[in-house]
Amino acid sequence: MNTSSAINRITTLAAIALLTLTITAQSGWKSGSALPDLNTYKLEGKIPVGLKGKVILIDFWASWCGPCKASFPVLNELQKEYGPKGLVVIAVNQDATDALMRSFLDDHPASFTTLRDAGNRLVEAADVQSMPSSYLFDRSGKIRFLHTGFHGEKTTAQYKKEIEQLLNEKKETK
Amino acid sequence: MKHPLLILGLLIMALASLTGCGTVQPWERGTLSDYTMQADRDPLTDSMREHVYFTRESAAGGRGVGGGGCGCN
Repeated sequence: MNTSSAINRITTLAAIALLTLTITAQSGWKSGSALPDLNTYKLEGKIPVGLKGKVILIDFWASWCGPCKASFPVLNELQKEYGPKGLVVIAVNQDATDALMRSFLDDHPASFTTLRDAGNRLVEAADVQSMPSSYLFDRSGKIRFLHTGFHGEKTTAQYKKEIEQLLNEKKETK
Repeated sequence: MKHPLLILGLLIMALASLTGCGTVQPWERGTLSDYTMQADRDPLTDSMREHVYFTRESAAGGRGVGGGGCGCN
């Protein structure tokens, strides 16, 4: 192999690699996707233990997002009403700084788990299309319902219906 | 070199795709959703501008987007 053909090959490979990198589509979380191990995403905050067998609502939010603000009282209500029956609400924050998140939480107290995704690792894995976005996992840890945005009473009613359905599934399998 | 033009083309395409155009992800819109980024943040200025545009150009609307630049919901 002479020098020019070697350079030729390297250039071709580099060009293909660059194209592949830029074209590659992100997969993201879809209906049926399994709950990943949250410990691998370097989330700040205390990740709840014993999530297995629980119905989990993961909600991505940020302090600058108006609908997220509106969703907090509802998430509190859901945690209070369905928590004892097996629901775990986990709100994942995407703020640029920890101070922004804390200031929001001071004004809008959360009775559910809040974690900060400082490196945007989890939100990138989920490939969230809008803020807020939430994913409802059934007791087997699979995504069953997805919500893009928060639309007040409409979303609240959907949440309740879906959560009750998922919580009741355990009883059916007993 | 068998296909120098093809290789050069591929390389240019690849390099072009690496330039300035980027997508602001939904979770990166904190700055865009800031009050100062809203084109219609001041109602008085907004109505005055609206009046000026309408009298000068007979055009109305199109200034600012409801809800600012957050892109939420």
